[in-house]
Amino acid sequence: MSDIADRVKKIVVEHLGVEEDKVVESASFIDDLGADSLDTVELVMAFEEEFGIEIPDDAAETIQSFGDAVKFITEAS
Amino acid sequence: MRRVVVTGLGMVTPLASGVEETWSRILDSQSGAGPITKFDASNVTTKYACEVPYGDGTDGTFNPDEWMAPKDRRKIDEFILFGLAAAEMAVKDADWLPEDTESLERTGVMIGSGIGGLNSIAETALLIKEKGPRRVSPFFIPGALINLISGQVSIKFGFKGPNHAVVTACSTGAHAIGDAARLIKYGDADVMVAGGAEAAISEIGIAGFNACKALSTKRADDPKAASRPYDQDRDGFVMGEGAGVVVLEEYEHAKARGAKIYAEVLGYGLSGDAYHVTAPSEDGEGGERSMRAALKNAGLEPSAIDYINAHGTSTMADTIELGAVERMMGDAASKATMSSTKSATGHLLGAAGAIEAIFSILAIRDQIAPPTINLDNPVVEPKLDLAPNKPVKREINVALSNSFGFGGTNASVLFGKVND
Repeated sequence: MSDIADRVKKIVVEHLGVEEDKVVESASFIDDLGADSLDTVELVMAFEEEFGIEIPDDAAETIQSFGDAVKFITEAS
Repeated sequence: MRRVVVTGLGMVTPLASGVEETWSRILDSQSGAGPITKFDASNVTTKYACEVPYGDGTDGTFNPDEWMAPKDRRKIDEFILFGLAAAEMAVKDADWLPEDTESLERTGVMIGSGIGGLNSIAETALLIKEKGPRRVSPFFIPGALINLISGQVSIKFGFKGPNHAVVTACSTGAHAIGDAARLIKYGDADVMVAGGAEAAISEIGIAGFNACKALSTKRADDPKAASRPYDQDRDGFVMGEGAGVVVLEEYEHAKARGAKIYAEVLGYGLSGDAYHVTAPSEDGEGGERSMRAALKNAGLEPSAIDYINAHGTSTMADTIELGAVERMMGDAASKATMSSTKSATGHLLGAAGAIEAIFSILAIRDQIAPPTINLDNPVVEPKLDLAPNKPVKREINVALSNSFGFGGTNASVLFGKVND
């Protein structure tokens, strides 16, 4: 797994309080990992902070799963 | 008229986490004061307070993990954590964990706070200054709002009745209990989870009350002696933190389910001083009207009162309250005992009225008046017994709890033994 994926996974585990092995590529933050809409806002903010990038609101809405997040951040950074 | 009784108690205080753990330390004349550890207090005038003893949950320490998962605690201010913990203790003590729709819809929550998420607001303001507004957490607002204890408690236990929160500074806890009892009397609910919580021991909280000249400043060498209501050497209140929550229940409802009944809410009085933003009216007439209103509500004479848990903050205002109580009690003053448990807990602001209501209820249960500690040289010769330094074993059928807040807001709640 890439360095980016590891760092994203760490943030997801910390913020959502889920087991690491649940955070797979297809895992939806809301449907599979128990997040609510405010949690997803906070996750996106944590990604911005960790990777020093800015994720615009319309792009943030497309980040629904762990895989989406890794893909977006890989392309953005 | 529907009668209201108390069937559950919960508290987190500077003396301990838990009702019995706190009460035994109160009766043992212990103080919850010590040097401030929650933040670097080197720049504020007052460097001591009454902090909740965090720990692993043994020996009366407060273990936050018992009450809320770490991932959820990040989303709330500490006052909500204290309130939620005290509420869970109270509903479990009342054994009121219903699952049927009717019971859930007939159970409400009214837990307030004096200041709410003060520290969260301060930290978020600093974050905006440092990193800009886009870094503000989506949980900042729901984590700082005062009514979010009531909200969190309702979500956790499914209570779908009235969901409300009182904000009346240091009278909050007393108003919450009194108002919640009225909701039951009026038929809006059969059960109410009511009380107050506070967590304002932070740089902004201490600095703010220091600026008002309200806090004790002279006892850094001996914090446990700093809160000394009615004593000649008192020099301001000592800030405390924590929460107190009671379960109030309609009497027939409580009897029908065989609930343990601690006491009855006999009366409730409220008044306003219309005088000053921080000082009480000089003759204490506002507090006196509040007490008289509670007596009138209960249909009792002043002579019925055995024990008074005073507002008694360890400030100049102590003698104003004492004078008002003595005036109201008249010849009966010499038969009553009055104490300030703030001498032991410090002043829990919005939670004070709630924990002191619980101490009043326990005084009735155990037939003992808790002490006013650190009372070595009374500032005046009191007509009342102020229970200096030691608890007083005595008959207590009726107890009055007073709370007076900034803005001139007064509340008095009368509790009594339940008589059929």
